[in-house]
Amino acid sequence: MSAVTVIYALLFYVATAILVIGVARKIYIYARAPQPLKIPTTPAPTTRLGVAARMVREVTVFESLFKANKWTWLFGWIFHFCLFVELIWHLRYFTEPVLAFLPWMQWFINFTGYGMVLGLLGLWGRRFLVDRVRYISGPSDHLMLALLVAIGASGLAMKFLVHTDIVALKAFFIGLMTLNWQRMPADPLLLIHLTLVALLMIIFPVSKLLHAPGVFFSPTRNQVDNPREQRWVAGWTAKLDNTKAAGN
Amino acid sequence: MADIEAPVLGEYQIIPKIKLGTMAGSMPYIAKPDIQAGVGFPKELVPDWENVAVKKLGEMVSESRALQVFLDSCVKCGACTDKCHYYLGTSDPKNMPVARQDLLRSVYRRYYTFAGKHFPKLVGARDMTKDVLDEWYNYFHQCSQCRRCSVFCPYGIDTAEISMAAREIMDTVGQGQKYCNEVLIKLHSIGNNLGLPGPALANTLEGLEEDVKDDTGVDVKYPVDVKGAEVLLVTPSADFFAEPHVDGLIGYGKVFHAAGTSWTLSSHASEAGNFGMFIGSNKDLHKVARRIREAALELGVKRIIVGECGHAWRVAYSFWNSIIGPFDFLDQRYPIPQHICEFTYDLIQRKALKFDKSANDDKVVTFHDSCNVARASRMGNMPGGQFIIPRAVVRASVNKFFDMAPETIYESTYCCGGGGGLLTDELLDLRIKGTAPRMQAFKEVVEEHGVTHIAAICAICKAQFTKVLPYYKFPMDTIQSVHGLVSKAIRLGAVNE
Ligand code: SF4
Ligand code: SF4
Repeated sequence: MSAVTVIYALLFYVATAILVIGVARKIYIYARAPQPLKIPTTPAPTTRLGVAARMVREVTVFESLFKANKWTWLFGWIFHFCLFVELIWHLRYFTEPVLAFLPWMQWFINFTGYGMVLGLLGLWGRRFLVDRVRYISGPSDHLMLALLVAIGASGLAMKFLVHTDIVALKAFFIGLMTLNWQRMPADPLLLIHLTLVALLMIIFPVSKLLHAPGVFFSPTRNQVDNPREQRWVAGWTAKLDNTKAAGN
Repeated sequence: MADIEAPVLGEYQIIPKIKLGTMAGSMPYIAKPDIQAGVGFPKELVPDWENVAVKKLGEMVSESRALQVFLDSCVKCGACTDKCHYYLGTSDPKNMPVARQDLLRSVYRRYYTFAGKHFPKLVGARDMTKDVLDEWYNYFHQCSQCRRCSVFCPYGIDTAEISMAAREIMDTVGQGQKYCNEVLIKLHSIGNNLGLPGPALANTLEGLEEDVKDDTGVDVKYPVDVKGAEVLLVTPSADFFAEPHVDGLIGYGKVFHAAGTSWTLSSHASEAGNFGMFIGSNKDLHKVARRIREAALELGVKRIIVGECGHAWRVAYSFWNSIIGPFDFLDQRYPIPQHICEFTYDLIQRKALKFDKSANDDKVVTFHDSCNVARASRMGNMPGGQFIIPRAVVRASVNKFFDMAPETIYESTYCCGGGGGLLTDELLDLRIKGTAPRMQAFKEVVEEHGVTHIAAICAICKAQFTKVLPYYKFPMDTIQSVHGLVSKAIRLGAVNE
């Protein structure tokens, strides 16, 4: 077993643990934190079903962002959509036999890597070209984009320029999952790609990438607008007792 | 009129280039020790206030899912940067919603996040210092908590929530705002923002009855503290004498009269407004609202109706049930609480009111959606009723009505520039600049359709517009109460038919 294999095996165990535990911890914190008052941004749906539909629109077509800024929406949506497709596509390195629908994506996948990088570059461009966005961009915002672009670019390079041994790679990951370690193909591009991905997984729970779980917990988006119809209490409002004699 | 230059309005709204620090000097007066003490806050900056502030912040975040999510989730996408009327009016980048949030987020990160503790420079984390506190004081008092930013943020981050939290922390360490805290003292001790005592209120209402009688020949009543009345009307105290507010109150009385519904005001709860929300104080929010529960029980009413006031309607509609409910002692067949516009609208739908719209033919009217009604509440039983119902009431009262540009009304409405506890003279410069986007949209309908009047359902909007309209060369009486228009057009009794 080569040093590379051992290092990457450990790296991915650690990165996965940090990602899963870190995000689970945050979700636990979000779920447990009380929301004492009703604060949906109105007009808001008056039923749970309506809220679910609002949330689906928010996370699939970025409804609010669309209202706000068409360029940011366009680049942001392209990036997220392509990233999503790529993530699914990458399942083929982790499933044996591969999921039935994956082969259908073969054609489409030729574009999504480019789409991802294009979207990212568009978003990054705004950080330089639009004075307001330049003002609010900090070092971490630029680094995050650099990281994602590097992940996309290294992936693209392997797909279109210097092919890597994906059969061995798949064996490596399946091996990791079944605790039966296999050799890791030590191509430089692949090592770069995987290192960056592991890095992304590690910083996920302590970075702004928390917007991914966060959006589902955002009270302005996930609350039902029915405060008159149904009494809502949580946290400090649950501790109030108004039935005591007046004036206390 | 104070000597302040209003921004020059162009052909259409532009998004200005950022200009650093243009509003760095804008701040409201800091509350004096006796005022602080009057609301139960420390008289001045407490010893070790930095740690007190940081600790308070941690507690608040752990008790609010909204704060937790909002502070973590911002990706600096910039979608909100051109959405704040204060940014559009001042060009100060710290008035961009995300930048305003970052004033607080930077401290939160420093003390409560891994990245901020270990890599502060990388994520823009800052220590809690006096400079930071002063910056908070300046810029969290340049936010009218209008929630316009929250409409456009992909995660619904609501800067209003952050401003409220920051103000609560500032009060907690002893650096509160004079205007809001003074108002709260009056509210707690007398029962309304203006400090109008019960006997004076009764007098004022008697005077109104006489005026209406002279005007219409009809005995319209403006009752106060009448036990057993069907409806308790809770309205902003400005309605008792400020112009154009009082025309609205006259209108409510005429509508109740025409409907034959018995109603009363309360001298104990003579204020619908609730500045507890503006300063982010749960304790004060509850204490102020509780007077209304007490009054309703004491008077034995069946229903509560709320007058024209934006933030009051938010508190009433969205919060009352949580903080002063349950309302099992009220008549469950009606919405609890109900907005006066809902009440009037119902009557109009049932053809129970008679109008002579031509009484308002001297006016071409537009409607200004008040932030808290538009983005933090509802009317009627369908989402968006808060836009439809007041317009229907206006349209029932006037012949000539035109809306302002769609991107400046409904959920995208621009704040009047004076909400959120900023309606104080020392902030006049900010208020004049902050109203620029609204004035721009108004100017466009003036030029295109000859609009002469703006109708609104918010006491703060009305006071703010009265003050700032002249700076934009519009007469101050351009601003009207919706129920002031109703009052003009409604026909009462035989003589008026
Ligand atoms: S709540 Fe309104 S005033 Fe405050 S930052 Fe957002 S848009 Fe500006
Ligand atoms: S729109 Fe929301 S996520 Fe984007 S910068 Fe503004 S607050 Fe942050």
